[in-house]
Amino acid sequence: MSHAPIAPKIYGMVAEFETPDQLVHAASRAKEFGYTSIDGHSPFPIHGMSEATGFKCNLVPWIFLVGGILGGLTGIALESYVSILDLPLEIGGKPLFSLPSFFPIMYECTILFSALAGAIGMMALNGFPRPYHPIFDCPGFERASQDRFFLAIEADDPLYSEIETRRFLAGLEPINISVVEEEE
Amino acid sequence: MAENQQLIEGNQTYASLDTVIGDVVLDQRRHKLPWLTTFGIASIFALFVLPLTLAWLLYQGIGVWGNNIPVGWGFPIVNFVWWIGIGHAGTLISAILLLLRQQWRNSINRFAEAMTIFAVMCAGMYPLFHTGRPWVAAYWLLPYPNIMAVWPQFRSPLMWDVFAVSTYFTVSLVFWFLGLVPDFATLRDKATNKFAKYAYAIPAMGWRGSHRHWHRYEQAYLILAGLSTPLVLSVHTIVSYDFAVSIVPGWNVTVFPPYFVAGAVFAGFAMVLLLAIPVRALYGLKDLITMRHIDWMAKIMLTTGLIVFYGYNLEVFYGWFSGEKVETALMQWRFYGPYAWAYWLLIFCNGIAPQILWSPKARRNIPIVWTVSFIVTIGMWLERFVIIPMSLMRNYLPSSDRMFIPTFWDFSMFFGTIGFFIFMMFLFVRFMPSITIFEMKDLLYKLGADKKPQSDAVGAGEAH
Repeated sequence: MSHAPIAPKIYGMVAEFETPDQLVHAASRAKEFGYTSIDGHSPFPIHGMSEATGFKCNLVPWIFLVGGILGGLTGIALESYVSILDLPLEIGGKPLFSLPSFFPIMYECTILFSALAGAIGMMALNGFPRPYHPIFDCPGFERASQDRFFLAIEADDPLYSEIETRRFLAGLEPINISVVEEEE
Repeated sequence: MAENQQLIEGNQTYASLDTVIGDVVLDQRRHKLPWLTTFGIASIFALFVLPLTLAWLLYQGIGVWGNNIPVGWGFPIVNFVWWIGIGHAGTLISAILLLLRQQWRNSINRFAEAMTIFAVMCAGMYPLFHTGRPWVAAYWLLPYPNIMAVWPQFRSPLMWDVFAVSTYFTVSLVFWFLGLVPDFATLRDKATNKFAKYAYAIPAMGWRGSHRHWHRYEQAYLILAGLSTPLVLSVHTIVSYDFAVSIVPGWNVTVFPPYFVAGAVFAGFAMVLLLAIPVRALYGLKDLITMRHIDWMAKIMLTTGLIVFYGYNLEVFYGWFSGEKVETALMQWRFYGPYAWAYWLLIFCNGIAPQILWSPKARRNIPIVWTVSFIVTIGMWLERFVIIPMSLMRNYLPSSDRMFIPTFWDFSMFFGTIGFFIFMMFLFVRFMPSITIFEMKDLLYKLGADKKPQSDAVGAGEAH
């Protein structure tokens, strides 16, 4: 029954909790149990959730770094090209390549590129904008952005089974357990 | 930890935070006469006085202002520096205090960030229109290949300023918007009105609070704060270079960068207090923006005020110690010249009036704090007036000395931008959550986790 490709495709099973601590506890228990496709949903970032579920992603800082380096290089390249090659103007005896004067714009370009790359990169890694997601069909999920904490065990998890997963989640004493279908 | 209890007052829960903050936006009936009156007056300035001034200015040229030769930088640059300084408190609160883990910032950062953005918009108008014909000025402001084959002069502080201010605006906007995304999601989920639901769903971009998203989100948010901190310091430093790099007497002072940055924070906190005090009273946010917040902001105002006052003293010292005749003459011109009243009023506003904040009683007295903030806001405007036109009126060549007298259009543009700022702030308070909801919940959790046992069955020992 559990893995049969029946008509409404299942997204996963979702348990609703009342406190953040319960959610973290549930997530770490789920990980101990062997589940790998776990997703927690909370109205605010809970420190310890990533550790509890074993989620690691340090790509965002690297995007910022690369963006910043590219920005700085763009800044100095623009200034050098303009001031040395395309429009060499000698003013006040200053050298064509006047690094101290070029520094502020280089600096601002570094910050601008880094911030834009990082912000856009973060949103892209998170897959936004994504107006629809199956979890939105979970009953009561509108409270995930308000005062409830949800743990989803996704159906693509190898350990997922309608009966076993429900039993496991029930053991965590949630307020509610619901099976969420995927549309289409 | 015990002192943190005053950061959130009343018996708050996650749901009550949503109600307290979200209902200001979702229950539109709460915006009554005070909102309407202020907004109405502000709109007259924002939608009528300001466009009219700009139209007349573009039609007639910048001669309608009091600017002359040698005072090429009159009111427009005074107001530019004033506005950009006001914006700086927003970044300071949202970025620097975040890095310093000052959790009390959580209830004022959104508001202050909005202030930053609108203040930078007001600031940006001045240099743009000071060029007279902004559409023609594009080729020497922005580096783009044009048919005249000329480029901007990158060795000029004015060019650095263009890059600094436009970067500052962009990064502040990104930072502000990222902070708003989870809150838009909360409003989307909480809204009952169909139109409001759609309106908040679009900027929420489908945020669903997944812990993987929060993980990357927090990384990005923290690094953005780390980037904004050197940015905000660099912006006002570069603004001060506009003056300090030149040889105009009164401008060519090395103390300018730190003293400008401190002045910006000083003016910014004054503006935050000036606006937050009425807003918290009108919209029942007193539990979230508490007396403790006001007390701390007043302390920061006092500290930065002292740095600024030190800068004034150093300017006087420099006027004497440099041994430069023009520098000494300039200080005397400030003390005894026709605009001496502006100088002494400045000393009163920024040097003397804030000293009352040494007293804890005064810092916790709302009318006093508000009045001091108002005085400081005026004082910071006078500071820029004293520095900019007053230094230009007298120069190396006595034959070219000339008085600067502001005209009607100088004032109409100034009041026009103030109207625009209030107009935008009031729209913001009405349609966007003016306190960061998710950060307040986080704060509530951190403060309450150890003393509010909600369920006993859970042993979350390994979570922390």
